[in-house]
Amino acid sequence: MKIEIRNGRLIDPMHGVDRKASLYVAAGKVAAVGEPPAGWHANRVLDAAGLVVCPGLIDLSARLREPGFEYKATLESEVAAAIAGGVTSLACPPDTDPPLDEPGLVEMLKHRARSLNQAHVYPIGALTVGLKGDTITEMGELAHAGCIAFSQADAALADTQVLLRALQYAATFGYRVWLRPQDIHLARGGVAHDGEVATRLGLPAIPAFAETIALDTIFELVRATGVRVHLARLSTHDGVVRVRAAKKAGLPVTCDVAIHHVHLCDVDIGWFNAHCHLIPPLRGTRDRAALRAGLVDGTVDLICSDHTPVDDDAKQLPFAEAEPGATALELLLPLTLKWAREEKLPLSAALDRITAAPARVLGLDAGHLAPGADADVCVFDPELHWVVEPSALRSQGKNTPFLGLELSGKVRYTLVGGQVVHEA
Amino acid sequence: MHNPQLNADGELQHLLTLEGLPSEIIGRVLDTAVPFVSIAERDVKKVPLLRGKTVFNLFFENSTRTRTTFEIAAKRLSADVINLNIGVSSTTKGETLLDTIDNLVAMNADMFIVRHGQSGAPHLIAQHLSATHRSHIHVVNAGDGRHGHPTQGLLDLFTIRHYKRDFRELTVAIVGDVLHSRVARSLIHGLTTLGTPEVRVIGPQTLLPTAVEALGVHVFHDMRRGLAGCDVVVMLRLQSERMKGSLLPSAGEFFKHYGLTVEKLKLAKPDAIVMHPGPMNRGVEIDSAVADGTHSVILPQVTFGIAVRMAVMSILAGN
Repeated sequence: MKIEIRNGRLIDPMHGVDRKASLYVAAGKVAAVGEPPAGWHANRVLDAAGLVVCPGLIDLSARLREPGFEYKATLESEVAAAIAGGVTSLACPPDTDPPLDEPGLVEMLKHRARSLNQAHVYPIGALTVGLKGDTITEMGELAHAGCIAFSQADAALADTQVLLRALQYAATFGYRVWLRPQDIHLARGGVAHDGEVATRLGLPAIPAFAETIALDTIFELVRATGVRVHLARLSTHDGVVRVRAAKKAGLPVTCDVAIHHVHLCDVDIGWFNAHCHLIPPLRGTRDRAALRAGLVDGTVDLICSDHTPVDDDAKQLPFAEAEPGATALELLLPLTLKWAREEKLPLSAALDRITAAPARVLGLDAGHLAPGADADVCVFDPELHWVVEPSALRSQGKNTPFLGLELSGKVRYTLVGGQVVHEA
Repeated sequence: MHNPQLNADGELQHLLTLEGLPSEIIGRVLDTAVPFVSIAERDVKKVPLLRGKTVFNLFFENSTRTRTTFEIAAKRLSADVINLNIGVSSTTKGETLLDTIDNLVAMNADMFIVRHGQSGAPHLIAQHLSATHRSHIHVVNAGDGRHGHPTQGLLDLFTIRHYKRDFRELTVAIVGDVLHSRVARSLIHGLTTLGTPEVRVIGPQTLLPTAVEALGVHVFHDMRRGLAGCDVVVMLRLQSERMKGSLLPSAGEFFKHYGLTVEKLKLAKPDAIVMHPGPMNRGVEIDSAVADGTHSVILPQVTFGIAVRMAVMSILAGN
């Protein structure tokens, strides 16, 4: 199958490309950019005039809810949401039921994803058995089965000695560890940022220093072990300051922020809007400003969707009892574009944070469109306006704080491995 | 921010919180309550304002006093009152909060009096009724988590106004476990809305919420300094499970620092009044000599509570 994506605005942030050019795809790879290869004859031509052609998005935190939570979402529904949102590679946290702590589970997930043949699914293995925080997993077996990193998801490790050993073990074999920095004790029972809003609403709160204390611990352990750590979903001003200093000191750390925290803060909870019950909690305006500034200057490497489909029943509860999380795979692109517009950044900078930057963290040859690269491509109309409403979303989760918001940027074609898997 | 308790005409549709409630509406509730106090002193203690209406007392959390005063208030307004003590276990039985509401709506409820352990539960119910086009049914928050207890706040305001008249000249101290107190939050909003120039909270750091100053209060950790020159002293209840642990070392040490004694009360103005939402822990937050003393208006608070709840229900039913 030879596909020609004709006359689009081709943006490839990894290679600094932003120009009008056609993209030629053959045998699942990018065959050429700009000029067709010799003897080119396309089986299909996609007219991309007025559209942006970029690498398929790479999302480092997407819960597909399998295994265990199929009533909330299935691999089919969420992969469909991913490709509708231009996302062609997904890293999946291990907090499934059972957690991804055995090679068999990982192989099954990879197999299920492969048989769908629509997006690349990269499982993140559990760092400890059952995510319980006492026994480290068979990381070698899990890596062999396809885990690209190891993580505790949101079940932060209470025992610092176990954390040290897990990091030492991972460092020994060169595995990457992803940690969401949060002190488990300080966060206990909390559902909102410890500040004026939580005080007004009487919501149990999580102080900002629950994040910085965890970061300080992690940085010390990174120094001691040399392990490469990716910090998932930073949420505070002081956290950004800490990460900036750690990077300056040469520690091998990267970090991301969830798209919700780029746009929202605790004030958006309003009168107990359960859509805004997220992990980590939405913080204050100063925190949001710091996260955005960190994204601009590179302290924060990338944006993830933190896609967590939740069924309606689980949200129709008082704020603290409502299940945290929001659907986001289909919103990652338009909300990232919105951020870049607000910050007056070029489109290529926006796309870098959701293509090239996450590819670097994954250590994969992906997220770019040089000849020879896998033809994972997103073609979108940056000016097409649409309103976020349940009927507009493929994800089985319809809950998002952005319901009712008008966004611009809609995916027209998604290619994975040179095949058109989504068109609209 | 949209105020979910007011209808399109700016009238009270639900009573969910005192935060953001216009001072005119608070004043109207307090004024309406005045004649209801005297009704209680008559032989026939009933008026027909809610005749034919069905009021559901929906208590997901145990309560004797608040439920009883709401029941009396509704009965004095001639409503039919149904008491449901659902307790905390109902959700484990499988029925969600909103399923319970839908079932009661199907029984033609006119008003829900809701107490729930979770902050925001009454807002959720009001929003659900509105989303399902049944917003003619009124919701009264009878205490939700740590968030609010607006009828308690209103009866506190009524009591203060009864004894002190002008809010714009008062210094009010709220003492004890502000962190977990919905009573404190509601009273603070009510007092600041009515222009009280000095509202103080007194307690140890462990029992004061972060950024509480943002609610418009001054923080004191030293009770003696905090009580100096006060017109009104409001003591908060300390839940027994919080008397020992990481919040406080013991009830005895709490009483030593933050219990109200005759001696400490002397630091307040000579005509200061002492309030408590009840039930009291004698010897923990308040000494019996104060609770039963001449400054105490704790029992009048209970009496006024019925009148204020009658006022709230009658105003809602009229809107």
